[in-house]
Amino acid sequence: MDFLNAIVALLNFVIVPATAYGAQLALGALGVTLIYGILRFSNFAHGDTMAFGTMITIMATWGLQSLGFTAEPLPTALIALPLGIAATAALVVGTDKMVYHFYRQTKAKPVIFVIASIGVMFVMNGIVRFIIGVDDQNFADGARFLISARDFKEITGLDEGLAIRSTQAITVIVAILTVVALFWFLNKTRTGKSMRAFSDNEDLALLSGINPERVVMITWLIVAALATTAGVLYGLDKSFKPFTYFQLLLPIFAAAIVGGLGNPLGAILGGFLIAYSEIAVTYAFRKVVGYIGPEGWSPEGMLQLLSTDYKFAVSFTILLIVLLFKPTGIMKGKSV
Amino acid sequence: MKKLLLASAASLALASMATAQEVKIGTVVGFTGPLESLAPDMAGGSELAMNEVNASGNFLNGATVVSVRGDSTCIDAAAATAVAERLITSDGVSGIVGADCSGVTNAMLQNVAVPNGMVMVSPSATSPALTTVEDNGLFFRTAPSDARQGVVMTEVIMDRGIKSVAVTYTNNDYGQGLADSFAAAFEAAGGTVTLVAAHEDGRADYSAEVGALAAAGGDALVVAGYVDQGGSGIIRAALDSGAFETFVFPDGMVSSALVANFGSEIDGSFGQHPGTDSEGASIFDTLAAEAGFDGTQPFAKESYDAAALIMLAMQAAGSSNPADYAGKIMDIANAPGTPILPGELGKALELIAAGEDIDYVGASAVELIEPGESAGAYREIEISGGEITTARFR
Repeated sequence: MDFLNAIVALLNFVIVPATAYGAQLALGALGVTLIYGILRFSNFAHGDTMAFGTMITIMATWGLQSLGFTAEPLPTALIALPLGIAATAALVVGTDKMVYHFYRQTKAKPVIFVIASIGVMFVMNGIVRFIIGVDDQNFADGARFLISARDFKEITGLDEGLAIRSTQAITVIVAILTVVALFWFLNKTRTGKSMRAFSDNEDLALLSGINPERVVMITWLIVAALATTAGVLYGLDKSFKPFTYFQLLLPIFAAAIVGGLGNPLGAILGGFLIAYSEIAVTYAFRKVVGYIGPEGWSPEGMLQLLSTDYKFAVSFTILLIVLLFKPTGIMKGKSV
Repeated sequence: MKKLLLASAASLALASMATAQEVKIGTVVGFTGPLESLAPDMAGGSELAMNEVNASGNFLNGATVVSVRGDSTCIDAAAATAVAERLITSDGVSGIVGADCSGVTNAMLQNVAVPNGMVMVSPSATSPALTTVEDNGLFFRTAPSDARQGVVMTEVIMDRGIKSVAVTYTNNDYGQGLADSFAAAFEAAGGTVTLVAAHEDGRADYSAEVGALAAAGGDALVVAGYVDQGGSGIIRAALDSGAFETFVFPDGMVSSALVANFGSEIDGSFGQHPGTDSEGASIFDTLAAEAGFDGTQPFAKESYDAAALIMLAMQAAGSSNPADYAGKIMDIANAPGTPILPGELGKALELIAAGEDIDYVGASAVELIEPGESAGAYREIEISGGEITTARFR
């Protein structure tokens, strides 16, 4: 019986990575859910919006670094982040004026918006690849670890190491700050309230004198900030590659739908639910069980529910189950 | 009828004129994709041999060789097939050096080379499946099969006293072939393989894969992947989470990009890739340095040898037609005859023209065994002080 080692192994391989991943998914899902709540369509271009914002941030980071300016021990990208958000805001507001505005005027069906957003997705996809290329870009600098596995083992004398990367800690902290700011904005400010009113009942909101174009504009600005932040955090923690951002679309949508589309709290819950399931279902629990079980005994098999190849299938399965049994999501959003 | 005869005579004359002046040889390696850091030096090796032959002026009564490059992409079978199609039907090549990765090589061979009767000599496709493939005697490789690498890697690991390893492989023909042959060899030698798990290339995050491998345990992790792709991602995640400290690198991982990525973090790790300490190897390294590329990169030597074999076989057959010279490649590569080292291609052409036998040794000490693949000499490497160092040759 060795609970301490079991807990540390579980923390190191499941809980810490899943928490960071969940925070990134939650931020992404918040953006998707806001667009769904207020503009009433599923934005397929969201993954590539994240990629665009991250790309601008990376280039600003390189600029700062070449000027000899770094934010030791924090990553320089955090300083470059506002610039990335500004550029992304310009991009999405411009896209709205050029594409979605027209369909709002013609009162197009939601499915038309979705198809238009797929077109936007391909364009953004191309822009990002054209500017920064298709390769991996690693732009994390500053201190790499809060605590490294080797140091942890030396300090505690345990067999298992616990590594916490500084990017994982930054991800969680920035995500918490962003979510707090967002909820304060939505619940306490006049603009935030008008956005929620618009989301709840468009006709009633229009009757009470809310300017729909202004609400839409502010929504895009918030979405730009959320998408860029999520993208930069994901890129810092892992690495930036346009294709992986495109693939992120699936777990992000799964998170938003599972939580309940249009419900911000649901998006956060969904993000963590998807992240924990993806990692816990594909983790091999043999070592953990071996520590908890009697001395000198360890299970024959790997105690792994699914091989890691099926990571993406987990998001799909959860999505299917939720759509089958609770189409409005866990936190009662709009049905799809 | 008369017109037809005239036309065919004219086209025959044209065709033979073309062969007397210019012979095109394709070099198809993955200029983009997971092996892109190796491709420029491989193409450099193959083109070095062609330039050497051109400089001698002894090739097929004064013909010149022209290199045509193609991008195999390493992983996209459809793209590689299209490139091979283009090279044969539109560029009109007489032989192909390539491809580099096993999956695309097999696709090019089955879909294009065999139906068109084209000779392919791959410098780096190492999948054991290519040994048994139906090739009509058109496919050769100057790299050994991974069935052999699995045995060599077992010896390398066992000699270090490591008895238990976990294996992760890139999910394609190369990775799976190597992982299977290694696992079989390692267990036959009395070792334990705790887990053989695939990883997909092109992901941002490999912590889940590493989590499973760490749970299985083992004293070292065998990474049968690509250095520009998931292989490096796996190592990063394993180092970050402290799951493994010692790694074993087969040929797809041994590259200057490896130490550029990890430096001294992977000190004490080791591996092997096809290579030799023969006289030819050092001559080749010098020639390569003069030509402006890095001859010590994996498969640069094999690429030189692949191109040289094609051209020498053409000389021996007196024709650049694949149907004529395919049968000569094995004769050229093996004893008896005068040994030929890199830089001696001109001399070899003269000897062949004079009707004498040659034994092509080349940069990688080529010795072809049936059905047309290298017997396999390996360079064992070790990472120390953030550099790849040669431990020994096997």
